Amino acid sequence: MGRLKVLKTYKLYIGGAFPRTESGRYYQPKAEDEKPMANMCLASRKDFRNSVVAARKAVAGWSGRTAYNRSQILYRIAEMLENNRAHFEEELILQGSSKEEATAEVDASIDRWVYYAGWCDKYTQIFGSVNPVASSHFNFSTLEAMGVVAGICPEDHALLGPTSILAPIIASGNTAIVVASKSRPLSSISLAEVLNNSDVPGGVINILTGDAQELLPHIGAHMDVNAVWYLGNDAAAWKQLQVDAAGNLKRISDINSDKGLMDAGWETPYVLKAFTEVKTTWHPIEVIGASGSGY
Amino acid sequence: MAKDNKKGIFEYSAAPESTGHISIKEQYDLFINNQWVKPQQGKYFDSINPSNENKLASVARANDKDVDKAVKAARKAFPTWAKLPAKERGKYLYRIARIIQEKSREFAVIESMDGGKPIRESRDVDIPLAAAHFFYLGGWADKLEYAFPGQNVEPLGVAGQIIPWNFPLLMAAWKLAPALACGNTVVLKPAETTSLTALKLAEVIQEAELPEGVVNIVTGEGDTGAALVNHPDVNKIAFTGSTDVGKLIQRSIAGTGKKATLELGGKAANIIFEDAAINQAVEGIINGIYFNQGHVCCAGSRLFVQESVVDEVILKLKQRMGNLVLGDPLDKNTDIGAINSKGQLQTIKKYLEIGKKDGLEMFQPKLTIPKKGFWCAPTLFTGAAQSHQIVQEEIFGPVLAVQTFRTIEEVIQKANNTPYGLSAGVWTDKGSKIFNLTSKMRAGVVWANTYNKFDPTSPFGGYKESGYGREGGVHGLEAYLKLS
Repeated sequence: MGRLKVLKTYKLYIGGAFPRTESGRYYQPKAEDEKPMANMCLASRKDFRNSVVAARKAVAGWSGRTAYNRSQILYRIAEMLENNRAHFEEELILQGSSKEEATAEVDASIDRWVYYAGWCDKYTQIFGSVNPVASSHFNFSTLEAMGVVAGICPEDHALLGPTSILAPIIASGNTAIVVASKSRPLSSISLAEVLNNSDVPGGVINILTGDAQELLPHIGAHMDVNAVWYLGNDAAAWKQLQVDAAGNLKRISDINSDKGLMDAGWETPYVLKAFTEVKTTWHPIEVIGASGSGY
Repeated sequence: MAKDNKKGIFEYSAAPESTGHISIKEQYDLFINNQWVKPQQGKYFDSINPSNENKLASVARANDKDVDKAVKAARKAFPTWAKLPAKERGKYLYRIARIIQEKSREFAVIESMDGGKPIRESRDVDIPLAAAHFFYLGGWADKLEYAFPGQNVEPLGVAGQIIPWNFPLLMAAWKLAPALACGNTVVLKPAETTSLTALKLAEVIQEAELPEGVVNIVTGEGDTGAALVNHPDVNKIAFTGSTDVGKLIQRSIAGTGKKATLELGGKAANIIFEDAAINQAVEGIINGIYFNQGHVCCAGSRLFVQESVVDEVILKLKQRMGNLVLGDPLDKNTDIGAINSKGQLQTIKKYLEIGKKDGLEMFQPKLTIPKKGFWCAPTLFTGAAQSHQIVQEEIFGPVLAVQTFRTIEEVIQKANNTPYGLSAGVWTDKGSKIFNLTSKMRAGVVWANTYNKFDPTSPFGGYKESGYGREGGVHGLEAYLKLS
């Protein structure tokens, strides 16, 4: 008899720690051979609420970092993923991908982190403006992070899903909570292990596994969530989210839900822009004398 | 009326703007397909002058069938309007801008009569800015592809637009100009107490020879607005008004695919540091809260004064408030006009009672309040705390609540501790402090060493429960375009 393999315990990722669900519940996603892949945490409403507390606490620090620093941290995530690619490919195959698909998905995921790493210190230059007001004021508009943003991963693409949601959300300084694909949740938690090793401050990214359908009403109704990104295709759930979100007028977006995660057109800064606010600042310009500017 | 307000060495003779040159019809119908159409049920309501309660005109009350007729007109006009060469579309907006400028005096007088705001404001702010919005957006019509790099832009279709009573013509311009520039057609619903300048704008639209059905105006109350929001053939809802109604609208259109922009309530912090130019700051506070009788969603209704200068600031504020002239909105010396409606006056009075009952100290300068009409003296509450109702809730009247602070951290925390996030003000002579504060305010518009400034090139709109979307500037275009 050969050596007995040490199996990994998959837990949640909240506030930079790996707790089990407070509910004690678990579920067993099945591999293609119908064998359970792992015992995954079935996250509860309380786990989500704890994630919001952690994410809220992290907003000031993360949005207060320089854009250059955030950019370097996103790039660091790409480096760590590259370093662990063999593990991610293996895990994707376990979750149903072919070898080729797994390689392509890991490539795309690494490159997507690099893509949004590059936007951190550029998007405000593309989407900001100096506004030529018809009075003696300096007036400019820039984009700011919204705060805490929640996202629901699509069921396919176990690694590219959370990557594609997280990278644009945190690039601008938001903190994030994502609910992993229910049927393919393993890569999300392995990604959390990479994140935890990549200078991402605790609380900036929080990852839950479980049933998005169960959690979505609580996400939509939570009064301290600023925005929700819905990439699913359940019209009733999307409608209910719009109703629930009215409670605190949280921003909701389904941007890119019409595109495949592997599509070339997926990567745009407009995805990042969807989770920012436009702030406009005014200040008087001194005019010396009635005839015009003094200097 | 203004001459009753004798203050120190200043005494003004009455200087009312003439109403001789204006034309208001006795009765206004609905504006559909560039024609005046009688409301299906034949119902009308009165629009009154809130400064003397005299009737100005009767205005049609549109029901859901009327709204349907207007939406059908807009739908029919949409394909042609959207396909019109963009340069030509822009030229229609330039025409509208010019005609508003030509008729600016008439517009200003009617705006002050119908809404109660001082002629100084309608003449110098509302009407010129309304024209400027059409002028600015006219130029965008054929340049939209430059606004969104890497994206294709298309109009959305029929926009349903619901506007408030505080800046009637200006809000119509904020809504119509970008919608039209981007190639949409419109059904506009003015507020029931202030329909007249929107109906005068309908005459401008006729005069500008806009194709029929591009702009339709339906007057009425909340049920008219609801019919517009719930009409299945409307692609976009743009609403300016209360946060409660904004939430209702979002729930009503959930799952319909209608796009929305909501510009809602506010409870802005206006923060005065000890190193501010105090006299200028006092002027800014006065303008921040008493502009348009405080009927301003971005009004600086929460004043934060650094403890070391609180005595000086309050003294100067009270002195300045004593010099404000309250009275006839048409008098050129008037600073504080009439409250827009009886209902709004009751709301404001309710909050004054709440403030007093909560033990706050209330100050109002001694002013002669006219006997007829709806009036509220400028009011100051000192000794306020975060938990007080008048600090937490939007009053939409000339009521200022004053709190004090010691440190920057404290005032940032307090200023942001509200569900709203429309605007904020900061007064200090130190540049680095300005940028620290302006970047930490969770608000869409931040005025530093100034307040209540507006411009067509400058995006306006809120964070949090003050709504979403922007109006004005390049950012305001996105609300009326489909990007792909």
